[in-house]
Amino acid sequence: MSTVWAVLLLAVVLAFAVVRPRGLPEATAAVPAAAIAIGGGLVPWAAARDEMIMLGPTVGFLAAILALAHLADSWGVFAFAGGLAARASRGSPTRLLTVVFAIAAAVTAVLSLDATVVLLTPVVFATAAAAGVRARPQVYACTHLANAGSLLLPVANLTNLLAFGATGLTFLGFAGMMALPWLAVLAVEYAVFRWFFAGDLATPARPVPVEPAPAPRFALAVLALTLAGFAAAEPMGVAPAWIAAGGAVVLAVPLVVRAPRRARAAWAIVLETNPLFCFFVFALGVVVLALRQHGLDDLITALTPHSADLLGLLAVAGLAALLANLVNNVPATLVLVPVVAHSPGLVLAALIGVNVGPNLTYVGSLATLLWRRILHARDEPPATGAFLRLGAISVPACLLAAVVALWVALKLSTVL
Amino acid sequence: MKVVVWLAEGTWQACVDAAAEVAPPSASITLLHVTDPALADDVSDAFAGLVGRGSRGPDPGAAISAAAARSEEAMLAAAAARLDRASSPVRRHGRLEREVVAAAEGADLLVVARDGPVTRLGPRSLNPPTRFVVDHAPCAVLLVWPTAPPAVDTIPPPPHKAAPPHKAAPPKKAPPPPH
Repeated sequence: MSTVWAVLLLAVVLAFAVVRPRGLPEATAAVPAAAIAIGGGLVPWAAARDEMIMLGPTVGFLAAILALAHLADSWGVFAFAGGLAARASRGSPTRLLTVVFAIAAAVTAVLSLDATVVLLTPVVFATAAAAGVRARPQVYACTHLANAGSLLLPVANLTNLLAFGATGLTFLGFAGMMALPWLAVLAVEYAVFRWFFAGDLATPARPVPVEPAPAPRFALAVLALTLAGFAAAEPMGVAPAWIAAGGAVVLAVPLVVRAPRRARAAWAIVLETNPLFCFFVFALGVVVLALRQHGLDDLITALTPHSADLLGLLAVAGLAALLANLVNNVPATLVLVPVVAHSPGLVLAALIGVNVGPNLTYVGSLATLLWRRILHARDEPPATGAFLRLGAISVPACLLAAVVALWVALKLSTVL
Repeated sequence: MKVVVWLAEGTWQACVDAAAEVAPPSASITLLHVTDPALADDVSDAFAGLVGRGSRGPDPGAAISAAAARSEEAMLAAAAARLDRASSPVRRHGRLEREVVAAAEGADLLVVARDGPVTRLGPRSLNPPTRFVVDHAPCAVLLVWPTAPPAVDTIPPPPHKAAPPHKAAPPKKAPPPPH
């Protein structure tokens, strides 16, 4: 009976997060659901508290990196990237796609996938439009690389942050293990995009002279130092959240000092940390814990292979991709990682699944896609069939390439 | 005479030039641009897929819609300036191919640019929406090259005479007849 209640709670939390009636924040349903799970005895208070303490550094980091990305945008980093892409493409749609791949992969790895989806994608569209290039391949490259490009660094995706502790790796160790799978995914995505969008890419563009924009040197330097700080501070026991917060403060201070209404500017930056989202992640962790303790852990354990050989890695990545498409990648990570935590190789395979898998529907999960189709009855029939096809082609190929690359990396590794 | 000129990213200049050349001075010229909202919708979907982040903050799909509207205006203005004679702009939203065919209703001539590969002559060198428009237009269609057309020898060889892909050069003597 408890299992039914736990499933029901998670279903309500996820359905609310997707539907968001009247635009209410996701925490509106998640926090009461977590309270019910604790109050109703599904999760002992001590276990829920431990879960939230475990999630603390992750959620803190996320808040800081969200603010950091928005501050980088305020300093003109993304506009600079757009100008750079336009100049480097020299009027060729194919070269523009190549540069967008590089920029999107870098932004995702350093500033997390949220920055790529929210901040970089509109800039890339504007860049393509200004260059007289059909924007579809470049824009979809951003949405695809936000997920698939987030394998490299522990800070690139909330899923990585949730699993990072379980891998037992250092910051640079994680990057070292994931570099090969990351490159494999980028190569496969690039090949699929070149083939899939061949028509758009072959259409000539009329090169437009692009004014070289000055590089936002201060912001780029702060971002570079922040990135170096992640790698350098972690062995000393300093959580990346503090480094990201430090970088955000350094970028924020000059903006606040310059603003005509300082208090309001400072408050706007504090809001960029999205505190309600942080509550949502804490509450989701508790609700998923309730379900894990009432049967889900046993079920996943039965389904999950226990050795990190090639077949085991493939099976875990496939299961993770499936789960990510059923319930979205964050709950999927919360469910899967504790079960495979005994083997760092399997944790990394699970990450490949939850990061690459969501591109199957490009919105992150089938449930999200179906709900949005139902709720947002559109005037025009959506022309997205082609992009489901793009996902169907690229995701299995990327998963396979990334897992094989991970297997090679594990064989070569002296760390694991 | 009613002439509709379909303006698309990267190729519209050739259409405007062709219209200026072929349309008689008495013709009424319509400059047509179609925005497909699917791209902005899909970016909104990708944003919605970031579970938990959606309660606040700007939807990147809305930013793309706004940017698309701006670039549409810029293109229509540039096209009108390039044409340098009386014309009327038309903006439509929806599936490219269906909107263009609908906009061509009652016209005498639709000017369309080729898109897709422009370094060789056919086949399948038109992108699907353009192919659809050429197939379904309810009037005469003028299909123009956006760049100088490629040489005639860029036509791929007929299938039965094609060299095997693994051989560098075709054999001198005729291949044996198929069994």
